[in-house]
This record gives sequence, structure tokens and C-alpha cells, in this order.
Amino acid sequence: MELILVNIIDGLVTGLLLFMLSAGLTLIFSMMGVLNFAHASFYMLGAYFAYQISIALGFWMGLLIAPLIVGVLGAGVERYGLRRVHQYGHVPELIFTFGLALLIEELVQFIWGKNQMPYSIPEVLNFTAFSIAGNSIPAYKIFMIFISVAIFIGLLYILTRTRVGMIIQAALSYPRTVEALGHNVPLIFMGVFGVGTALAGVAGVIAGPVLGTFPGMAFVLGSIVFVTIVIGGLGSLWGALVASLLIGWITTFAKSYNLAMSDVFNAVGIATPENLSDHWLRDLWTVTSPQIADILPYILMVLILIFRPAGLFGKRHS
Amino acid sequence: MSDQLTTDPSKPAQRMRAGSMSLTLMPWIIAAIALILMPYIFTSNSALTIMNQMWITVIFALAYNMLLGQGGMLSFGHAVYAGVGGFACMHIMNMSDLFASFPLPVLPIFGGLFGIGLAMIVGAFSTRNAGTVFAMISLGVGELIAACSVIIVAFFGGEEGISGDRTYAMPFFGNEFLQQIDVYYLTSFWVILAAALMYLLSRTPVGRMANAVRDNPERAEFLGYSARWVRFYSFVASGFFAGIAGGLFAINYEILTEENLNTASSGVILLVTFLGGVGFFFGPIIGAIVFTLVQTVLSLQTELWAFYAGSLFVATVMFFPGGLAGLLMMHVPVFKLGNAKQLIQPYIKTLLPAAIGILGVCALVEMTFHFRHASIGDDEMTLFWTTFDSHTLLPWLIAGAVALIGIGIAKRNASELKEAWDAANTAGDAS
Amino acid sequence: MKKFTKMCAVSALSLAIGASAAFAENIKIAFIDPLSGPFASTGTNGLHQFEFAADHMVNDQGGVLGGTEFEIVAFDNKISPKESLIQLQVAIDQGIRYIAQGNSSGVANALTEAINKHNRRNPDSRVLFLNYAAVDPALTNDKCNFWHFRFDANADIKMDALTDVMVADEDMKKVYIIGQDYSFGKAVAAAAVSNLSSKRSDVEIVGNELHPIGKVKDFTPYSRKIIASEADAVITGNWGADMVGLGKSLIESGYDGPIYTYYAAGSGITAALGESAKGRIRLISQGDINPIGSEEARVAYNAFTAKHPDGNIDQSRIFNVIGMLAQAIEGAGTADDVVAVANQLEGMEYDSMWGGKLFMRPQDHQIIQNMNVGVHTNENIEFDYDNSGFGVLTESTVEMASMDSPTTCEMKRP
Repeated sequence: MELILVNIIDGLVTGLLLFMLSAGLTLIFSMMGVLNFAHASFYMLGAYFAYQISIALGFWMGLLIAPLIVGVLGAGVERYGLRRVHQYGHVPELIFTFGLALLIEELVQFIWGKNQMPYSIPEVLNFTAFSIAGNSIPAYKIFMIFISVAIFIGLLYILTRTRVGMIIQAALSYPRTVEALGHNVPLIFMGVFGVGTALAGVAGVIAGPVLGTFPGMAFVLGSIVFVTIVIGGLGSLWGALVASLLIGWITTFAKSYNLAMSDVFNAVGIATPENLSDHWLRDLWTVTSPQIADILPYILMVLILIFRPAGLFGKRHS
Repeated sequence: MSDQLTTDPSKPAQRMRAGSMSLTLMPWIIAAIALILMPYIFTSNSALTIMNQMWITVIFALAYNMLLGQGGMLSFGHAVYAGVGGFACMHIMNMSDLFASFPLPVLPIFGGLFGIGLAMIVGAFSTRNAGTVFAMISLGVGELIAACSVIIVAFFGGEEGISGDRTYAMPFFGNEFLQQIDVYYLTSFWVILAAALMYLLSRTPVGRMANAVRDNPERAEFLGYSARWVRFYSFVASGFFAGIAGGLFAINYEILTEENLNTASSGVILLVTFLGGVGFFFGPIIGAIVFTLVQTVLSLQTELWAFYAGSLFVATVMFFPGGLAGLLMMHVPVFKLGNAKQLIQPYIKTLLPAAIGILGVCALVEMTFHFRHASIGDDEMTLFWTTFDSHTLLPWLIAGAVALIGIGIAKRNASELKEAWDAANTAGDAS
Repeated sequence: MKKFTKMCAVSALSLAIGASAAFAENIKIAFIDPLSGPFASTGTNGLHQFEFAADHMVNDQGGVLGGTEFEIVAFDNKISPKESLIQLQVAIDQGIRYIAQGNSSGVANALTEAINKHNRRNPDSRVLFLNYAAVDPALTNDKCNFWHFRFDANADIKMDALTDVMVADEDMKKVYIIGQDYSFGKAVAAAAVSNLSSKRSDVEIVGNELHPIGKVKDFTPYSRKIIASEADAVITGNWGADMVGLGKSLIESGYDGPIYTYYAAGSGITAALGESAKGRIRLISQGDINPIGSEEARVAYNAFTAKHPDGNIDQSRIFNVIGMLAQAIEGAGTADDVVAVANQLEGMEYDSMWGGKLFMRPQDHQIIQNMNVGVHTNENIEFDYDNSGFGVLTESTVEMASMDSPTTCEMKRP
């Protein structure tokens, strides 16, 4: 029973971290209609910049400065790269971000080398907040939850309650009208892109010490972020939140309990074949839930796309 | 330089016209002769191996372009069709009785059939939509099958994959395919056959309808065609040729592993196809050749090959979205007008310094890398056949100066090139 | 146009391949391992050790066969079996007769099969495969061949030695086994189960599971499960980022027992684990680093770190590869006849400067040597890893581990 509570907390941390990435990505998608494949690369840049800054100025300055640098870089990519490619259509845009992701990974290896960086949790937060039945919950995880929730509330407030948010929302739906009203729409797009990538940067800063800061960190997380926003519905902030939490909990629980496929089959009335080691479906019978935990989101995505192509909360149809 | 820069999806007629440039038989004959002669120029086994890899990539990239270029469907998991075809061929190779009953050159057909089978299953639900939905389903299915490769050991052999021996097939006119050169001619035969089939397919009504559905699905529907079924046919055909590429891979390497299925391979083929140019039939061929050279030959020379490949790719997308093929085809009107000569001089004046400048930049990059990562005391490095000390100032100054001057001259002459280009093109408009 | 492109390809090919064909004097060893991509750090560090060992042990001593030097030629295989086979072909074309590889048993499997086929089909250009780190037991059992020599203990030998040390701990009652979902992870798990059950029947295996390799972002759920199982010890074969992730998350989640493992040293892992894992991680290795095996080894290590301040000698067996190959070539009197060299290597006994004697078992070409179990700590560490102050201190040694272990190898000799 205690384990369930612990897993709920762990899944929440994973889900909220995923949300910080997918929130920016889904905003960018609703703005430009393009999936930014390099999004996870900005997350990686956030972690690396924060590591570099934390050596000189400490963790907290890293948390403050690194996302800003990442945001500026992101805005630069929009201004000088994407805007140029935009004229050629959506596919080249997507492929541009794909190439950018490769290039950023190579650049990071060029600058920082290929080893894992010793980027670690600040001393202030390096203690156990509380324990549930021998399982300690590190204070840093509580801090991660706190930061992500704060960002979500802040984002929601800005988008729905402020003038800037109104203009952004309007620009997303009717860019020409907003432009006719005298607003600088390209600037808004650049700004949103910058903020979106900065959010990914924040995620990198706080996830780097826990999940490791290494050149493959973007690749590991890369496609799962897309899966999240596709499940949630492209362009929907709430959808991104729900899907992130869903994925966080599904994967956490699947890993925490050893549910074997043979149990499932037996439960529905199919008996285990007698000489399993020679059976051609032997691998299917011996699959356990932790083995497939990380591909469950993909299965979920394919099913959702088949039966509800707009995603859980999506309104638009591709 | 507007129209020919890219094949605008909104101008299908232009795309077709561009494609029909090579409707004659000549290019095929030239290509076949070239393929036959290549081993006489490059006799070493490694060159043959690299060329085999090239032709396999050519088939795979052409198959991929049936989706991306001709059907407008972006797939992020296409490696699985080639991979599954290859794995099937490998299993057939290991069934000694069956394998001994037919000659080796037939084997890729089985790969193609398995590619079709898988494509029919996946296509049944994924081709209902184009665009993002299709792309994301392909990503999901690709990840699923790649993940299965380590779980379903019976078929995929886990991490070490499965291997076999091609020489156990029925001898083909006494040939057991022991040597690389035999495999080379087998692969060459298939690359010509597969490319010709794919080319002919793109000229059939099905191929034409794929273009129509790509450009305007609604209009195609009004004409009475089901956009979904047109996409399905393209998808299945693409799966077939991808499977053939997989079968050739099995013959050439005699081993199939998880890397034949994973997302990285799917990404590479997207990169290859786009680099070559999706708008033209022969685009992916160029892309496959260039990329294989970069991957196998450049990587022998520098550890930073992936960095250069990435830069080349991003630059291509940003400046020449038509890919290398688009870049070449830009010159067709100029040639037709007989104005090509006007361009030679400006080209030399701009591109030569630009190339030298870029090499200078590469030298700076390599030197930085050496300076940062080389071991202590190992100050010497060799670059462009010169050995020097990377810890002294002089080489840096030289490389920097070369880069600056080269790019500077290129930039100064670029306007001249642009004028010459416009002149070469507009002369034709007037006539 | 196509023809033109092909022309370009032609000239590029001939340039690239021709350029590296010069200098046929040295004895060349092709090093085929990842030098780019996610595993590049391990590959690069291995390359440095090979180059250093060749210079330090052979070339600076006047070479072999009266002055012939060793030369290491690096090939980047991007840890892909396909690329490895291409690079193998390039290496053979350059006249190289010795292939060294270690990272990934998948690549080793592909290479050993390809080399076996190549040697059968091309008796004029046979090559030897010097496997310095791929530990899949199959390579010296079902898949063994005459051309393959393994200079590292295989996964079974390592587990045998590791469990010898584990069972000495009387308080250990429950053990949890976790590993990566592929051949090596499965081999580790199977070896752990069979060894533990035969050596201490009272030890209960409370968990035995596999996780996807290289894909797990957060190991916390696994750690929770391990803690909930009240395990007294954890066995894992994880390496790379998976090792760091598992180790860190176990310790952060409140697990307080030891972690027994294979690869948790060097390549940034020691630095990343740091203080939190002190005294908690025990790993199996060979070659005495702390305390150092001999004065000669101390000189070598210091010379290595003077050349590569960021590097570690985390694979001391590389020095054994070079030393044994040099001895075999001297014994055979030639470097061109690889069969003669292989016959010399078979059954060779060699005194390693890293302590102990090595024996290349002729039945299966598996090296037999002393195995050490060490602890991750910063006390009494003369040679640390990753400049972190932390290193591995040898706690116990199993002499000539698994000397008489069975093998299913049926060696076919030429």
C-alpha cells in the first residue's frame, strides 16, 4: 500500500518533468503548426549550460541564467533558421529541426566531450524530505514538483488572464487579423518560440542532476515528448498536462510491479503451453511489464491516433 | 532563382516536367555500364563493400522517396520494413533445405514480400491520414518494432542479431558468391532492376495519383479516387522495395541486428533522401552516394564526420530545400538556353574561394578539436597532408586567414554570380 | 549528371583508400571500436590505452623481431555491426592482420563470424581477432573459432569470482538481480542464479529482472521495488549511463546494502557516483591498480596520466594484449603468418605487470587470470578515476579464477 503512494509521487515527478518539455512544444506547435524535433536538444543545452554556470556561480544562478540563454538561442533559431525554412512548407521545417537536433548533439560533444558531466544536486536540497516504509523521498524531488507546478500556473495565468496572453492566443488563431490590428506577429512568434525553448531549458536545468547530463540525454527523451503532445492533443496545454501525468504514472507503475504476460494470458483463460522453451511464441509469454514499460506510451499513442486522431484534448484534426 | 529552387507542392505540373527529364533510356544504359565498369576501377574489396552499401542505400532511399517525395507521407520508422525483410531473408538463409533449393539472387524477393506483408498490416490503419497523424503513427510503430527486437528473441535474435551464410544457396551458374565481387554484381543487378521498377511505377496511373493525392487529396477524392487507398498502395509498394533493400543487406553482411530496425536508421534514411532531393526521382540516388561516402570514407579521416554531415544537412535544408538534385536541376533551363558558358567564370570566381574558405573553417574546427582533446605532448597533427604543431600560433593564423579571405572573396563575388545567373536565365525568357 | 556524381565518388574513394595504404613496415593492429556517438568516450579511452601500450611496451623497447614497431590504426565503427564489417574489410585491404575490438558483444559476434568466414574464403589474407573486452560467454563456447582470442574474463568467470566473495557475507540472505535486457544482461542473470544457488542454498533470490537497455530515463521505480523486496544485496551487469542511473537512484531512494557489479569505473562513472556511493559499490575486475601490481606498472600508469591527464587505465588488460601479442610474434618469428602467431598464443603463459600470471586456455582461447573484487572508495587510492579522488580498492582476489570451468567449444584448427 505504501508502495502505491511512493509510486504516485515518483510518477508525478516524471510526469511534471515531461510536462515542462511538452508545454513548450505544444505551444510552439499551435503557433507554427510544426513539430520541433530539436526541442529535447534545448533541454539538453539547458542542463549543460546550467552545469557550466554552476561551476562558477552555483546551482541557483544556473537555474536563473541557463534558461535565459537557451531561450535567446531558441529565439535566434526561429529568427534565422525556421523563419527562412518556413517558406518552403511544413515538411522542410520539420526536417530542419530534425537536422538541428543532430547538430546540437554533435556540438555538445564537441564542446563538453562525450562523458557524463558531474552536475549534481545543490547541497541545500541534498537531504531526505521524508520516508515512506523505508523508501526515502529526496527533497530535490519535492523541489522539482514545486517548480513545475509554479510554471504551469504561471503559464496558464499569462495565457488566459493577461493582455499579452490574449494577443498570443489571437495570433495563434488569426495571425493576419492580429497583424492588421498593428501587432508584430513575427515578433510574437519569435517570443513564443523563445519561451517554449526556455521552458525546455528549465526542465534540463532541474533534471540534469537527477537523470544525468550526457550527450545522449536529448535522444533518450526526444520522441517521448512528441508522444505526449500527440496523446494530449496537439496544441492543447491541458492535454499536455494530462498526457504527461498519464505517461508518468503508467510507466512508473509498469516498472514497479512485475506483471508477466503469462499471468495476463492465464487470467483470460489461455493456458501456458507445456514446453515453453521451444514454443515459437515463447518470448511473448515471458514478457514482463517492466520490459515493456517504456514502449507503453507508444502503444497508447498508436491506439489514440487510430481511434481519436485529434488526441485526448485536441480540437484540430492534424 | 525562384521557381526551380524547389518543386513547390502547389505546382505539380512543374514537378512532373522536371521528373520527365529522364524519360529516355539513355541514363539507364549509362548507369548499367558504369555499374559494370566500377569494379575495374576499384579493385579492392573495401571499395566493393562500400559500393555495395551505397547501392543498398540507393534502393532503400528510392523506396523511401516513394512515400516522402511522391506520396507526401513523412515516415519516421521506415527502417523496420527493410529490417523485417532482411530478418526474414536471414531466417530463410538458415533453413538449409529451402535455401539450397533456389539461387541466391532470388532471395531479396522474399525480403520484399515480407516488407509488403508488414506494410499491409501497418498501412491498414496508418494510411487513413497523411500529415502529422501518419508521421506519428510511423514513429510509434517504428519504436514498437525496434523495441520488440530485443524482446522477441526468437525472430530478431536479441542484441547480437541473427547471422547466416549466403554460400549455402543453390549455386547460380556455378557461382557460390564466395567473394565480394560476386556480391557486387548481384547487388548491382538488383539496384538497376529495383530503380527501373520504381521509376516505371511512378509513371503508372497509381504513381501519378500518388502525386495528386499528395498535392490535393480533396480534389483527388472528387475525381473519384480514394485518397486513402492511393496512399495505401504507395505505402505497400514502398514496403516491398524497402524489403528488397533489407534482403540485399542480409546477403552482403550476412548478419542482421537491432540497428537495422531502430529509429536512428529510420532517421538516417530520411536524411539521405532529403539531402539528395525529394522532388526528383534520381535525388535519393545522389543522397545515398554522398551520405555513404561521408559515413564510411570521411569517418576514416576525421572523428568529426557526424558534425560535418549534420552541418551539410542543415545547410541543405536552409538554402537548397530541393536537395542536391534540385541544385543540379536548377541548371537545366540554363543548359537548354545554351547559356551555360556564361556561368562558368562567375562560378569559378565564387565557388572556388568559397570551397577554400570552407576548408579553412574545417581546418579551424579540426584544430580546435585537436587542441582540446589530444593528449598532452601530442602537439602534432596532420591536416590536408601537412603535419604541424597545433599549439603554435602560425597554423591558426594561416587557417583563419584562408577561411576569412576565401569566404570574403566568395561573398564579394556572390552578387556577380547572382547577376550572371539572372542573365543566363532571363535571356531564355525573352526568346 | 549521375555520371558526374559517380565520377566524384570514384575519385573520393580512391583518394581516401589510397591515402592510407602507405607504410607497410610496421605491424599494424586495427582498433575497431566506437570513436563517435554515445559510446565514444569508452572507445576513445581504449584507443589511448592501446596506443600508449604499444609505444610503452614495444616501440620504446626497440620493437619486435629486431626492430619492427607496432602501429595502432583506429577505425570508428559507431558501435554498429554493419559499420564494423565495412571497417573490417577496409582494414584487411590495408594489409592489417590483427583486429582488436571490445565494446559490445553484438559487434564482437558479428566480427568473429565475419572473420571466420573471411579466413575460410581467403586463406591468403587471414586475420586474428583480439577481443579485449566483449564478455558474452558464447564467444568462447558455441561460437568459438580458432581466430578469436579473448583477453578479458567472460561474464560467467566474473560472476563465479564475484559470488565467491558475496557468499562470504553471512548476513546476506536476500539478493536482487537486475540487468539490461540483452544477451549480456541475461548471461549475468543466469550466471548469478546458478552460482548463488550452488554456493549458498539459503540465499533467496527475491527479484530477477531485465530493463530496456539505454532507454530508462529514471530508475526510481526499480529502486522502489528493490527496497520493497528487502534485498540485502543487488547484482547488476549494467554499464554506462544505465549503471550511473541505477546506482544513484538506489542510493537516493534509501537502499543501504552493497551493489555488486561489473562496470562501474572510469569513463565518467566514478566521478558521477562520487561520494554518495562510497563503500557501497563492489566491482569485479582484473589487474591490480590499487594497490598497484608492480613498480613497472606504476611507472606505466604515471606515464599514461602524464600523457592523458583526463584518461584512466581502466582496462589494464589492453597492456596484456599488446604484451602477449609481442611475445607470440617473437615466438613465431613472423608477424605475417597469423596461424603461427595463433599457435604461439594458444596455451601461452604470461607474467602481467598488473600482477599475477595469465594463461590463454587452448581449448577455447579464453584467458585465465586472477580476478579482483574491489570497492568504490577514496581511501588508500593511489590511482583514482576521472580525477575524482575516487577509485577502486582491491579487497579480495580469486587466484586463476575458473581455471577448470567447462566449455562447449569445439575448436576447428586450420
